[in-house]
Amino acid sequence: MSAQLALDVRNLSVSFPMRGRDADGRRRRLLAVDDVSFSVARGKTLGIVGESGSGKTTAAMAVARLVPKMAGSIIIDGTDFGALDTEALRRARQRVQIIFQDPYSSLNPRLRAADIVREPLIYAGATSRTEQDRIIDELFEAVGLRPEQKALFPHQFSGGQRQRIGIARALSTRPSLIICDEPVSALDVAVQAQILNLLKSLQAQFGLTYLFISHDLGVVQHMCDDIAVMYMGQFMEYANRESFFAAPRHPYSEALLDAVPTIEVGAQATGGKLVDGAIPDLTKPQTGCRFASRCPHVAAGCEDSVPLLDVWPGTSDHQLACYRAAEFAAS
Amino acid sequence: MAKTRTDAPLLDVRNLSVQFTTRAGTVTVLDDISFTLERGERISFVGESGCGKSMTALALMGLLPAMGRVSGGQILFKGEDLTQASAARLRRLRGNEVSMIFQEPMTSLNPVFTIGQQIVEVLRLHRGIDNASARRRALELLEAVRIPNASARIDDYPHQLSGGQRQRVMIAIALACEPEILIADEPTTALDVTVQAEIFALLRDLGTKLDTAIILITHDMGAVAQMSERMLVMYAGRRVEEGRVADVVGAPAHPYTRGLIACVPHITSNVAAITEQLPEIDGIVPPITRFGRDECLFAPRCIRVADGCLAAKPQQVEMAGHDAHSVACWHPFASEGAKG
Repeated sequence: MSAQLALDVRNLSVSFPMRGRDADGRRRRLLAVDDVSFSVARGKTLGIVGESGSGKTTAAMAVARLVPKMAGSIIIDGTDFGALDTEALRRARQRVQIIFQDPYSSLNPRLRAADIVREPLIYAGATSRTEQDRIIDELFEAVGLRPEQKALFPHQFSGGQRQRIGIARALSTRPSLIICDEPVSALDVAVQAQILNLLKSLQAQFGLTYLFISHDLGVVQHMCDDIAVMYMGQFMEYANRESFFAAPRHPYSEALLDAVPTIEVGAQATGGKLVDGAIPDLTKPQTGCRFASRCPHVAAGCEDSVPLLDVWPGTSDHQLACYRAAEFAAS
Repeated sequence: MAKTRTDAPLLDVRNLSVQFTTRAGTVTVLDDISFTLERGERISFVGESGCGKSMTALALMGLLPAMGRVSGGQILFKGEDLTQASAARLRRLRGNEVSMIFQEPMTSLNPVFTIGQQIVEVLRLHRGIDNASARRRALELLEAVRIPNASARIDDYPHQLSGGQRQRVMIAIALACEPEILIADEPTTALDVTVQAEIFALLRDLGTKLDTAIILITHDMGAVAQMSERMLVMYAGRRVEEGRVADVVGAPAHPYTRGLIACVPHITSNVAAITEQLPEIDGIVPPITRFGRDECLFAPRCIRVADGCLAAKPQQVEMAGHDAHSVACWHPFASEGAKG
């Protein structure tokens, strides 16, 4: 089983140092990602959704070793990526690539398109210039750019074309895992579809594995095999796509889905169902459900201890962290 | 507040054209735009970036960039042609009778003044009331836009508020003088979806309460369906389709409208029905130097393109079977049998 996993993350926690010290004289830290575990099978896509500040990007950046993790293991293709250090880490970095949100600021304006795609190959080493050129030609074709565009600079491309360059760069080292961090949210609506379609067809063509970070549930539904809903550093719900969208069970997932405007005229989104409560202070240890302050279903006990992800009865892998789900599922 | 209804619409934009003078010569960025807006009505302008949605709004406000000018048509606001209005008249109009909120609540508030001061400023300028009553009114407005604990937050600076709260403050400023028209230019693009739902609900409630007409500028068909009664689809500076939202979304006649609706993954509980590939609109919006030509500007991206599409600019024609649903296309989809 685990041999087929491109990514296996266990008990990942990430914290950031803050100004000031707590009562015991220790440095205050903000726990941005708190004990999350997830895995992605080779050739599949896991989507992490949540509002801004939920920790979804931080979790992904920790997987890429771009922010230091505090605890947990990160296994990529069977090797312990999280434990690598210095030179070994530098060599292994080619196995995780990132497609960034903003195609304007994520390309070096002083490099030609071909050289942007070439850079990861240079750092990965071991390829000759001719071999690099061959790979660049292939990638330009795969992402739908014309060969003569190799000599152009980023400012000469449209947003969608720039994102294609970013995708070609991410594919260049044949990574085991590609992190897509809101890859279409900066793009115009018609161009979004073009890029989503490209990501899908490249996945089919090259067997790519994606960790897909997004706030857009429509995009996540279209792109992902599994979905994790993150809130304040923890997963609230984690399930396969069919199970999740057929019956989202966590009140937070429900609220997120309800808030998405549909094109059915007159059907108004009801995000207002959320309680306007205070958001928990992540610099302090959590004593109860993080979502309790905004949850429309909150009851006695919700704030007494932290609910843990648990498999929903009758399903194989639909997990959620809620004390009240069983009660209101019955009603 | 009861306002007398007259026969003339609140806003009547007739054949509005706007030209830019650029290094490449004169280009037509808005080409013959016409629409009307009644009191309290909500309309959406839809299209990709660079199609003229925001430019239409800026023309209404008299805020065109220096290189732009109205080259034809009229903007009749309660019978007064705003294209002929003086700078002083437009200054009195803006923020008073016509207000606007923007996409970025972070950058549209002044960081060195408290939110209270920024609301008071508008009231003192347009209403000429004293500081103390303006402040009382500002507090009422912050409560109306549902800022929790408003009396404590009124002296906060913008950086102390969340993005959603900042947009609420923008709405409070925009509605301070109970304008007749509120233009909301992508007001929720920078916000989380849960906050977006709250902002939309707020705009709907306050718009109804004050009988304020709302022009929503967006590329999100879901937002259109939530917020508006009528919609106007724009492409390359032209109006390509207009009608009631139910008619246009239910049976889009223009291939561009149809593409805009289909290319977005809409959430469904029937996951099995999801296709691997989304229907795409090929290509991108043409550069403005191509705008204004006597041809269908959408033709190069169109799935229904045929001989003749490039021969002349299509005129707006009424769709059979729908009231006030019109389309500018040589080969529109018929309204019957177009459902689903």
